[in-house]
Amino acid sequence: MENLAENRTAYTDLEPATDIPNENHYYLNMGPQHPSTHGVLRVLLEMDGEYVVDPQPVLGYGHRMQEKMAEHKNWMAFMPNTGRMDYAAALPYNHGYVALFERLCGIEVPARAEYIRVITSELNRIVSHHLWIGAMLLDMGAFTPILYTFDDREQVLDILEDVTGSRLTYCYFRVGGVCKDIDDKFVEKTRAFIKRQRERFDIYNKLVTGNIIFIKRTEGVGVISPDMARRYGVTGPVLRGSGIAYDVRKNEPYSVYPNFDFEIPVGRNGDSYDRYMVRLLEIEQSLRIIEQALDQLPEGSFLGKAPKKMKMPTGDCSFSVEAARGELTYYLVSGGGDIPYRLKIRVPSYSNLSVLPELCQGMLLSDLVAAMGSMDLVIPEIDR
Amino acid sequence: MNNRGYFGELWFGAKSLLIGLNVTIKELFRPIVTVQYPREECEITPNYRGHVELVFNTETGGCDCIVCGMCAKACPSDCLVVKGEKKEGEKRKSLTLFSLDFTKCSLCGSCVETCPKGALDYSQDYNIAGFTREEFHYDLIERLERRHQQPLAAAAGGN
Amino acid sequence: MPPELLRMIIAAVLVVAFVFLNAMILGYMERKVSAHIQRRPGLMEVGPHGVLQLIVDGLKLIGKQLVVPEGSNKFLFRLAPVLSFAPCVLPFVVLPFARKLQIVSMDISLIFILAMTSINVIAILVAGWASNNKYSLFGTFRSVAQAVSYEIPMLLSILSIILITSTFSLQGIIAAQKYYWFILIQPLAFIIYFISGLAETNRAPFDMPEAESELTAGFHTEYSGMGFSFFFLAEYANMFTVCSIATVLFLGGWKGIPLPLGDYTGIFWFMLKVYGLLFVMIWVRWTYPRVRFDQLMTFCWKYLIPFSLANLLITAVLVKLI
Repeated sequence: MENLAENRTAYTDLEPATDIPNENHYYLNMGPQHPSTHGVLRVLLEMDGEYVVDPQPVLGYGHRMQEKMAEHKNWMAFMPNTGRMDYAAALPYNHGYVALFERLCGIEVPARAEYIRVITSELNRIVSHHLWIGAMLLDMGAFTPILYTFDDREQVLDILEDVTGSRLTYCYFRVGGVCKDIDDKFVEKTRAFIKRQRERFDIYNKLVTGNIIFIKRTEGVGVISPDMARRYGVTGPVLRGSGIAYDVRKNEPYSVYPNFDFEIPVGRNGDSYDRYMVRLLEIEQSLRIIEQALDQLPEGSFLGKAPKKMKMPTGDCSFSVEAARGELTYYLVSGGGDIPYRLKIRVPSYSNLSVLPELCQGMLLSDLVAAMGSMDLVIPEIDR
Repeated sequence: MNNRGYFGELWFGAKSLLIGLNVTIKELFRPIVTVQYPREECEITPNYRGHVELVFNTETGGCDCIVCGMCAKACPSDCLVVKGEKKEGEKRKSLTLFSLDFTKCSLCGSCVETCPKGALDYSQDYNIAGFTREEFHYDLIERLERRHQQPLAAAAGGN
Repeated sequence: MPPELLRMIIAAVLVVAFVFLNAMILGYMERKVSAHIQRRPGLMEVGPHGVLQLIVDGLKLIGKQLVVPEGSNKFLFRLAPVLSFAPCVLPFVVLPFARKLQIVSMDISLIFILAMTSINVIAILVAGWASNNKYSLFGTFRSVAQAVSYEIPMLLSILSIILITSTFSLQGIIAAQKYYWFILIQPLAFIIYFISGLAETNRAPFDMPEAESELTAGFHTEYSGMGFSFFFLAEYANMFTVCSIATVLFLGGWKGIPLPLGDYTGIFWFMLKVYGLLFVMIWVRWTYPRVRFDQLMTFCWKYLIPFSLANLLITAVLVKLI
């Protein structure tokens, strides 16, 4: 009890207090309900006029104890939870979790299943980037792009719904494969989408990428140097925007990614504009991966033999995948049986968010909003 | 960051703004892509995974559930309750209660996959709204009976 | 009752009615145009194609409680919406809708309008200050700086027209455009005026004081019910005023293809031009992201003011020569 009380005091230290270091500074509470904190992130800003002196993110408003839940359930029963951390791109989370158990127990996955996993995961990555482009532009005051990207996003969601059965919080992958096979209709619709998406880039570029206001708002704003990115363990498009070509799909290949020819787009300056460009180019790379995967798609079983009642061997195991926001790692310690002893989930947004206090010092409030938008934060993923 | 200069920047900016306006005016005259939801409805894919539903077996006129309880055990959130009783002169248990607490269900599909008899399937129902939690506590046997407008023959027999 | 007084009362009622009607038309237009730009149907529920939606919205706003936040200056908080609304009505009194459709003809009607529209800044200042909310205060700071800066290029561009016509009377300016519209000889002034007008009326991409993704709703964050709707009405009335000045100065006012009873039916051409410009305003809003505050100022001081000064100088020289 004593400890709890101490923690309480530590927490209230973050509340707007009267002991502001500088008498000209004041606190501004951005969130947990604020139009541009997308979800329940709270950023406590120490401000000097319109300039941010010290932004401190306050986390935990969406904390659901996901890791603790994993320690209390049969490992398969945790599967639906994996789709509910990063709601914008749930399939890579599914992927990491099933691949973890496949590695731990040495389970073979049929080639077709791996291809299906890659195709659906990449579709999900595109969906996530669609959402992000719209949301970032919304943060910057443009209302229309989000509707255009949602139009494209709906096309993919329809495709994914047809095979996974749901539109957002997928629970599609199974240890040893996937739970439903794809058919010719899926292939046909996906190819149609690839064609459509390539045409739609034109609108994105005209309306957003080339727009002088957008360029002015993002160029040179929120510059993350490669050194800073390394210090904070930033991953994903935010890291690649800083010019470091690190992508789990290339650096630590898993599934059938080595079979495909794709590039890792990197930025030059590490500013918001580069992060935007990296994500936009990533959509094109994902389209390329999907195209190749559809061409190479092998016949065969989509769900391999996995024991119904699986007992885990004692030991530990980890598996990393490239989620839409960066490197996602599941680390599992097993004491045997079918309930994990401990499951640690390393989510990308958490590390990406930790850059914020250093990144946004001395920024204008408007730039903070744009910089935060370019990080692509998903709050339920950070809080877990 | 750029070296367009004073007038170059003005020219570049004005051009980009006009291009942007051109995009939106074109979109203005293109047909709408949304549907007016309660008035029109999208066609839903047959693979849509709604809440679970008992499957009607046309041959027996009932459902195939053998009350093994696998589904309830596989459920991550304990939202299924399956009860049956063994009647006199019958080999197997027959189903007396199959309830789903949809407020807890996360639509993972574990129950459907574990069912050895294929007695469960996903419903296509997505127009689900209610005012109380109790409205989402479904009695699946009753729903099945209502769907086929007849009492389940096999629910009593269970052969 | 003297006929002049009766005329004024009827005119006042008509003007206030028109302010409400204009807000409804513009509100409907804004929502429909934005919807179609975004490829959705927009208002569809109340009345055919949702034409009655704005009436229902208005009734809802009237029925809502005006919540006065704790710690605010109660008097100023209630005063601000009125202060914002009242001056917005007055420009309508001198607007020349047609040759004979003008309530009061003044020699200095242009100056009168410009003076009235500037009062809106004070209303925003009072609203933001009295709300006791940091976000509102931010909106206020931005709004005052923005309005004060953008008034300069706006006036300079108007001045180059005044140099040509040598009158501040709106009817006089329209009469001066007998053979051609002034947009043909003063295109730069028109563009500068229109951009400044966007900034003056706090329209996107210059909607700094509201900037909902940064400041939730800026200066009217704390307002609800009629308090909010007065700001809403004032914004649309201001947009109308800015566009009608543009119409009078650059687009020939009520002039157009002659219609029967031309002295009165000129209002058709006037409205057509004004709502055309308003459409452009809406179109612009739903296309661009918002500029940052310092960029807004940079644009004003580095581009608009030098260009409008140069334009004024060239105009002055040419007027002298010709």
